[in-house]
Amino acid sequence: MTRNTFLRTTECAVGLIFGWGLMLSGMTDPGKVLGFLDLAGPWDPSLAFVMGGAIAVGFAAFALARQRTGSLLGGALHLPARKDIDRPLVIGALLFGAGWGLAGFCPGPALVTMASGEPKALLFVAAMLGGMALHALTDRETPGARQAPLR
Amino acid sequence: MQGGPISQQEEHAIIAIDWIHFTPWASLTGGLLLGIAAALFILVNGRILGISGIVGALLPLRRGDTGWRIAFLVGLGAAPVTLRLLAPATLLAAPRIAADVVTIVAAGLLVGYGTRLGSGCTSGHGICGLSRLSPRSLVATACFMGAGFATVFVIRHLI
Repeated sequence: MTRNTFLRTTECAVGLIFGWGLMLSGMTDPGKVLGFLDLAGPWDPSLAFVMGGAIAVGFAAFALARQRTGSLLGGALHLPARKDIDRPLVIGALLFGAGWGLAGFCPGPALVTMASGEPKALLFVAAMLGGMALHALTDRETPGARQAPLR
Repeated sequence: MQGGPISQQEEHAIIAIDWIHFTPWASLTGGLLLGIAAALFILVNGRILGISGIVGALLPLRRGDTGWRIAFLVGLGAAPVTLRLLAPATLLAAPRIAADVVTIVAAGLLVGYGTRLGSGCTSGHGICGLSRLSPRSLVATACFMGAGFATVFVIRHLI
């Protein structure tokens, strides 16, 4: 197995594990997501457990990553370096949150639910790609400028 | 099920817990898997696991820097069929998608445009960013959570 094939295999495996996590956690059920976002209704706190579990592992992993100069396979560590809080960050997050609250889908769960054969998830993903394409077309910054610089 | 005492308590609580749909163990297990995936991605592949960034950067349809994104998405797309084979008992009955077609399209456009403008979504900001204690991700997560709570409140309780 070449190095490149090995990299692609590990990336595919990570996608698979992430998809399983989304399904087990309940994130792929918009009804459950909206049950969490509805503080005034009967509130389902499950998603706080999703975030808690994910961040507990993630915190340890990124603490380890910060002490390294490269990945375990000897590649670059693509850690974001930006610290500024600007208007696009805030406005973009607010728009995203509004869309999340409307349908109960965020990008990962929508993709997984589409892959499980739900027509409404397919429609959501098509519209989401449209929104992403709209941003790519209207973004005046030079290509790659939004990419975080490598450390 | 003896739900009487609980529901009586709930009438006096500010926030009533939906005990019927509450799944702490499944959600914690799923969350741990999400964290393990994010951990493997940064430590083994040197990448931030952020879905909107992985997908969105494919859209200018340029060559280069695409292989890892496509490999990840292939794995993600294989999750439903593999979980059905390996652990059918863990599957949901069916996702509850209550929104109508027009709402779905509006929501998809907002999520697509917003996550690109805001440089991330629930995975990139919410999981990886908070795990890194990134101030940008903390602000972004507060904004999209707040907007999500507000939108659901308006739709379910005001309109």
